[in-house]
Amino acid sequence: MYQYNEFDHAFLAERNAQFRKQVERRIDGSLTEEEFRPLRLMNGLYLQLHAYMLRVAIPYGTLSSAQMRQLAVIAEKWDKGYGHFTTRQNIQYNWPKLPDVPDILDALGEVNLHAIQTSGNTIRNVTADHFAGAARDEIADPRPVAELLRQWSTDHPEFQFLPRKFKFAVTGSPNDRAVTRAHDIGVRMIERDGEAGYEVLVGGGLGRTPMIGKVIRDFLPKEDLLPYMEAIVSVYNTLGRRDNKYKARIKITVHENGIDTIRDKVEARFAELKPLFSGVDQEMLAEIERQFAPPAFRNGPTDTFEAAREADPIFRAWADTNLTAHRVDGYAIVTISLKKHGDTPGDATADQMRLMADLAEKYGHDELRISHEQNVILPHVHKSDLPAIYAALKEAKLATANVGLISDIIACPGMDYCSLATARSIPVAQEIAQRFEDLKMEHDVGPLKLKISGCINACGHHHVGHIGILGLDRAGVENYQITLGGDGTETAEIGQRTGPGFAYDEITDAIERIVRAYLELREGPDETFLMAYRRVGADPFKAALYEDEKAKTRAA
Amino acid sequence: MPRAFTPKVVTANALLEGDVVYLTADDQWTRDLKQAELITDEAVADLRLLEAERRAAEVVGPYLADMVAGDGGPEPTHFREDFRRTGPSNYHHGKQAEA
Repeated sequence: MYQYNEFDHAFLAERNAQFRKQVERRIDGSLTEEEFRPLRLMNGLYLQLHAYMLRVAIPYGTLSSAQMRQLAVIAEKWDKGYGHFTTRQNIQYNWPKLPDVPDILDALGEVNLHAIQTSGNTIRNVTADHFAGAARDEIADPRPVAELLRQWSTDHPEFQFLPRKFKFAVTGSPNDRAVTRAHDIGVRMIERDGEAGYEVLVGGGLGRTPMIGKVIRDFLPKEDLLPYMEAIVSVYNTLGRRDNKYKARIKITVHENGIDTIRDKVEARFAELKPLFSGVDQEMLAEIERQFAPPAFRNGPTDTFEAAREADPIFRAWADTNLTAHRVDGYAIVTISLKKHGDTPGDATADQMRLMADLAEKYGHDELRISHEQNVILPHVHKSDLPAIYAALKEAKLATANVGLISDIIACPGMDYCSLATARSIPVAQEIAQRFEDLKMEHDVGPLKLKISGCINACGHHHVGHIGILGLDRAGVENYQITLGGDGTETAEIGQRTGPGFAYDEITDAIERIVRAYLELREGPDETFLMAYRRVGADPFKAALYEDEKAKTRAA
Repeated sequence: MPRAFTPKVVTANALLEGDVVYLTADDQWTRDLKQAELITDEAVADLRLLEAERRAAEVVGPYLADMVAGDGGPEPTHFREDFRRTGPSNYHHGKQAEA
């Protein structure tokens, strides 16, 4: 993992000291809210519906056990004993008090964490594949690239006042688990004729105008990464619209100007910038890569795992859903579900954080990951340790066997916390997960991604859910629109709306009707929901959703 | 005929804690919506909001929220204000825990 150097420590300490003074000046009345607001946002502090909210970056979703323990300390000391992991690999605290925030930032600094650029019109936390460095299908670990981008973009003087926020995602695998096609810039590490490089996507995004990213460069040599990224953001900084907030993201810039025009401008800017990069960035990247060297994997028998799997059907169910193939034989990637049926998606208590940290330290080479799907991952676990890990997780109510199933729901905080929300998300997620648990149906249904956003900004990624739910305010009442057929992977697609929305107390029944329709029409258990949708289209699902209602209306 | 004025309260978030607060008739900030001043005159509402905006060292983002007169005091007309006066629905946190 990346270790802060003297420069990083000094920079962070100075930023935190500055913010401490800014908070003091706001409290003593020397700063107005108008003056203070941009300063607090630069440091990740929002004012939400019921309280302040502090968004802490977890760069490319990677944490050490010491960092996870410190997140637990902060949850207990300054919040209400829990934290909320988000769809951008951040953690949010929902109840900090303004005078405490400088102390919280100092506590984060002790373990090399911060909240810088988690808000505002800047380059946000750089996200990456949560299985980085562990996945069997991986070409290269994307985290050194993500770390280089983080260092380059943090406090970059040219990019502190972009037209709008700007999000990067990086993947080193052909199977895209980082939703790179729905980011302002997606970087895919690839190989061509034995040479390592990048495919660069630009102009993806969700929100009110969802767009799939377009390829701006199909092969970028490794050494050109930073000048090319700087060229893209620089062109956007000049060309991006500042007259209309809703047209300010780069996806609109690309859409309005056309990818070819944007590409020409980027290439021209790149030609200017390239000579200014002396190669020191590549030396830094090489140094960062050394810090992400794989851990010393051990070679040992895995028969205890096989035996436990045979003996205990509950352990087997967990192992079948929550483990992913590791690139080293004898190892597995463990996904710890933060989606216990009926609980809030993405929330972990301080005790749960500490337990996961202990497991990472004892069994997982001291590494944890946060996924954009709001789960926690132990990326490197020897299979012989899995029964012990499972037992400990079960004790802490963290052993839910539902990863990739319908109850593994992404949900934004919605109107229970967020001041932008138009409807609630969390209780909808809780009720749907509980419904499918009561029906004992989800393992039969198989892979199905359900994603819920409480407003059009789409933090819950509903556009790329196989089933998406968007909560709206329709004439003062919560109303939920359904989209079908979305996909956030390498075959990314935006889901299509089914028709009129459903009331808060109708939405769970509606989802059940969709799932029952799927079970009836699928060709077999091997045909997933998404495959079936792509084969038959939306009509059978629309019929299941709306025909009953029509019949009811006719009968009345 | 002009549209009837929907009664209002002045609401904001407390500067230090971030809590939802309401302006009372005697110029205090209360955490309890029932104690808030229900303003039924548009001109008075505008004036009360201006006065609230001048108290920048106490609160953040004051605005006028629609209400109706209830038995025990002002009642929200919209679900957003109902959540603000109660707290989140997933945990017993916020105002519902402090009452």
